[in-house]
Amino acid sequence: MLLLVAIIGPVLGALIAASLCKAFPKKAGWILASIPAVIFVGLLTQVGSLNGLQAESVSFAWVPSLGVDFQLQLNGLGLLFALMIPGVGAFIFVYAGGYLHGHPLSGRFFTFLMLFMTGMMGIALSDNLIVFFVFWELTSISSYLLIGFNHEDEAARKKALQALLVTGFGGVAMLAGFILLATAGGSYQFSTLIAQGASLAQNPLAQAALPLLLLGAFTKSAQFPFQFWLPNAMAAPTPVSAYLHSATMVKAGVFLLFKLSPIYGGTPAWSITLITCGTITLLLGAVTGLFQRDLKRILAFTTMSVLGMLVLLIGIGGELALKSAILFMLGHALYKATLFMTAGNVDHGTGTREVTLLGGLRKAMPLTALAAGLAALSKGGFPPLLGFVSKEYVYKASIDLASLAPVLTGIAIVGNAMLLALAFKAGVHPYWSSAAKPGLGKSYSSLLPHTPHEVPFSMWIGPIILASLGLTFGFLPTEWISNLIGPALSISSGVATTVKVSLWHGFNLPLLLSLVTMALGILIYLAREHFWKKQRIGTRIERRSTERAYEFAFHQFVEKSKEVTLLLQNGSMRFYLWVILGVSGLLLSYKLLALGGLPAFPSTEGISILNTTITIAIVLGALVAAAARSIVNALAGLGVVGFGIALVYGFNGAPDLAITQIVVETLTVAFMLYAVLKLPSFKRYSKKSLRIQDAIFASCGGIIVFLLVLKSSALELAPTISNQLSEWSYPLAKGRNIVNVILVDFRALDTFGEIAVLGIAALGVSICLRPHLDRRQLSADDNLIFRVGANALLLTCIALSIVALYRGHNEPGGGFIGGLILAAGFILYAMAFGEKAARTKLRASPINYIGFGLALALVSGFFGPMTGKPFMSALWLPDFTLPLLGKVHLGTPLLFDVGVFLCVVGFTLQVVFNLQASSSDLPKRAVTSAKVEKKEPANCL
Amino acid sequence: MELLNAIAIGAIAAACIYSLLRRSLLKFIVGIALLSQAVNLLVFTSAGLTPAAPPIIEPGMSAPPETIADPLPQALVLTAIVIGFGLLVFTLALSRRAIEAVGSDDLNNFKNTDT
Repeated sequence: MLLLVAIIGPVLGALIAASLCKAFPKKAGWILASIPAVIFVGLLTQVGSLNGLQAESVSFAWVPSLGVDFQLQLNGLGLLFALMIPGVGAFIFVYAGGYLHGHPLSGRFFTFLMLFMTGMMGIALSDNLIVFFVFWELTSISSYLLIGFNHEDEAARKKALQALLVTGFGGVAMLAGFILLATAGGSYQFSTLIAQGASLAQNPLAQAALPLLLLGAFTKSAQFPFQFWLPNAMAAPTPVSAYLHSATMVKAGVFLLFKLSPIYGGTPAWSITLITCGTITLLLGAVTGLFQRDLKRILAFTTMSVLGMLVLLIGIGGELALKSAILFMLGHALYKATLFMTAGNVDHGTGTREVTLLGGLRKAMPLTALAAGLAALSKGGFPPLLGFVSKEYVYKASIDLASLAPVLTGIAIVGNAMLLALAFKAGVHPYWSSAAKPGLGKSYSSLLPHTPHEVPFSMWIGPIILASLGLTFGFLPTEWISNLIGPALSISSGVATTVKVSLWHGFNLPLLLSLVTMALGILIYLAREHFWKKQRIGTRIERRSTERAYEFAFHQFVEKSKEVTLLLQNGSMRFYLWVILGVSGLLLSYKLLALGGLPAFPSTEGISILNTTITIAIVLGALVAAAARSIVNALAGLGVVGFGIALVYGFNGAPDLAITQIVVETLTVAFMLYAVLKLPSFKRYSKKSLRIQDAIFASCGGIIVFLLVLKSSALELAPTISNQLSEWSYPLAKGRNIVNVILVDFRALDTFGEIAVLGIAALGVSICLRPHLDRRQLSADDNLIFRVGANALLLTCIALSIVALYRGHNEPGGGFIGGLILAAGFILYAMAFGEKAARTKLRASPINYIGFGLALALVSGFFGPMTGKPFMSALWLPDFTLPLLGKVHLGTPLLFDVGVFLCVVGFTLQVVFNLQASSSDLPKRAVTSAKVEKKEPANCL
Repeated sequence: MELLNAIAIGAIAAACIYSLLRRSLLKFIVGIALLSQAVNLLVFTSAGLTPAAPPIIEPGMSAPPETIADPLPQALVLTAIVIGFGLLVFTLALSRRAIEAVGSDDLNNFKNTDT
């Protein structure tokens, strides 16, 4: 139950965050913080209930066909990690509420933050490799969104992308590693795999998985050579840096290493890689950090350094090292989040994060100073803070090593000393260093953007509490601490153990080393200004780091992609068509040959003078349309083709098609008259040689199509579905016109899709022509005879269309034809009386006709489900007889056809009216006004 | 009969391809109009032609005669005609707007998406 709440809670939070921010702009942070707070308290009650390797699980099927279950597990390690997420998170939400006070996009920010928290809880609690991966990626994506939160800033976008690419690359590698590991271990369940322990690491597949898994962990936890994205991620708002990029997300990689430790721990590949990369990261981060002047960047480098220390400790392995790593991770979460938030406070209170400008802020910002100082002391490892305890254990672990002890202890001392210095730079220097002794020769206050002032309650309460926790942790009941740390250690070492964590170990070697570290660290701190003066060195180290390799790879990838894209997408329509048609032509030719070569010459049966003439007319019409240089000629050519084809339909048993085609051709001509006459006439742009090439190409295409038609009609087809539909038409669907029955009954859903397309096309046309709609209407035709005729014709068309619609089920006709006829009548009317008059006559806007038609068609489909039949099943009323009409049968297909009818009317009239309204200007306008129009946002491009 | 239709379809297809390859946007639209016609006729013809036998059940009968024209391609073509009309109309409106925005109907001048 708790497991589910821990995952679902943040999801709910993400859903309500945006509206909460609108409803309670001032309190949203507090309200949202209650979600992590509740989860935290819930998790806290579990401390002590899990001992050793005990765990609680829930599981339900997720993708059963692939054997992936949604498995969650709460074990000692997961609990410790999970506690940090909402524990720090609650304060982050409160803090962010103050930090983003009045920000217009705070809703978006909180949504992303909640999504991130979902991902982190999922990582902590998932017991399935695939589930783990999904949550892992969720954190990468939300991190991307949060780093790039100030998306107007190009640098922020670039850095966000960098973080996403690096961690995303690692994530994919990790997925591959998971698959190998699961294949090796025969399960996708973490706990099953971990139970196999070290024996699994002997499997060659599992060995191959290791580098991939390490890629995942190293990219996420910013280990060398992927460390460069972390300082760049500081482009994010401070709450994000505090939460994602120090306290939680960057620890996910470390968490994965903890989890894998029982399997791979102790193998040479594991130890060598982790110790090497960890050490490099530790030192690189600390050294580079010394030269930084920006508070947040100083902290980013210390985070990197600490992560290196954790990886190093896990690489050393064994109970002591793992224990110290766990304590170190816990301590870091508490003091680093605090330091980041106080850095944000300094930024908020003074307007700068440049440390050389800061000093003596303890008077203006006492509470922030208190929190920062406590955190810095903890980080520096002063007793009795948690940092001290964890450092003691680090030394214990490093001394305990047999061969590497001197080297690693030395590294640990140097690293810790530099971390201490950095902690003081970030947590002590801005507040306690004397304001009277300017850092680089100028007085502080004059350089600050505004006079320092303390931050609001919501921004200091979190840092204070978190910092105090670091202080009080050492005084908590030892039993409780053992209950928290013991199970976590058991899980990560694979052996059930209990631990005793104590604050004081007596006078021994670790204590001495601690004292050495403090002394060394304070010395480095005192020399801070020497490092700041040489800021360039830090920049140089950064520039020469592996980031260059990343940038090179990124640049090359983009450049090569551009080259490949340009090869295929060169922007020339002609080229595209040549490629598309050429390839299709070749494939078709191949298929023709593969099916037994050229078709036999077909029989000349059925050829008469009449249909030969029609064919010749069609051929000539097509050629004229293609070759015409004036629009009128082209329209005439198109018209001949259209009407010719209508005749072909008519002579070959397709009266419905013939009628539809004739009406559509008529409408097309009317439409073209409005649209095309306002466009420039054809121009010859291509050279003659190109035209000849195209003509040859087109002829080849024509010949292939010709052969294809002959071949297809010569093929003997098996009995088709049509026979079945014909047989069912009357007995089942009560219709004698089989074509119409197919349209409105058997395949009604298809037809519904098609009328929906018409509706969308009508909207598209309206949008394209909208800028002109307010122009004066086209002057109507004044011819009296035309007007009288148009009026009479409209009435005729209305009557005809209703007849066509009604009889369509049994005889040629139907919704499509009826709708087109009615529309034709209105268009004629609009020509005679103007578009406005026609609109009035129509009673409603054509768009409403479309909407109503679609709705009617849809509603007709729901009668089926209401009687327990599938969607769009036809239902009929009992027949009854009416005078004049004879036997009447009404049913849902008729309703559907009415929907089609209305849709077609609406569509046709919508587009024609729009065109008519926008066609009042002279054709010249189209070209001359183009330059002016360029400045307006294009509506359709 | 199939022979004649095949000739007609081939000729329309050739004219269509030639028109589509033109740089003039208006010619391109002519090509689209021809394309619909060619494809509709192709679908209609490839199902086999049955002269003068519409797929309609005579009054009093409950099943159609033995040889009727295939109703399924007819249903497909019927909607295709209307959709083809919609496509043509939409293309025209879009082109008109595009020509006004770009200031030319030469497709080679349609170089970027921000005009």
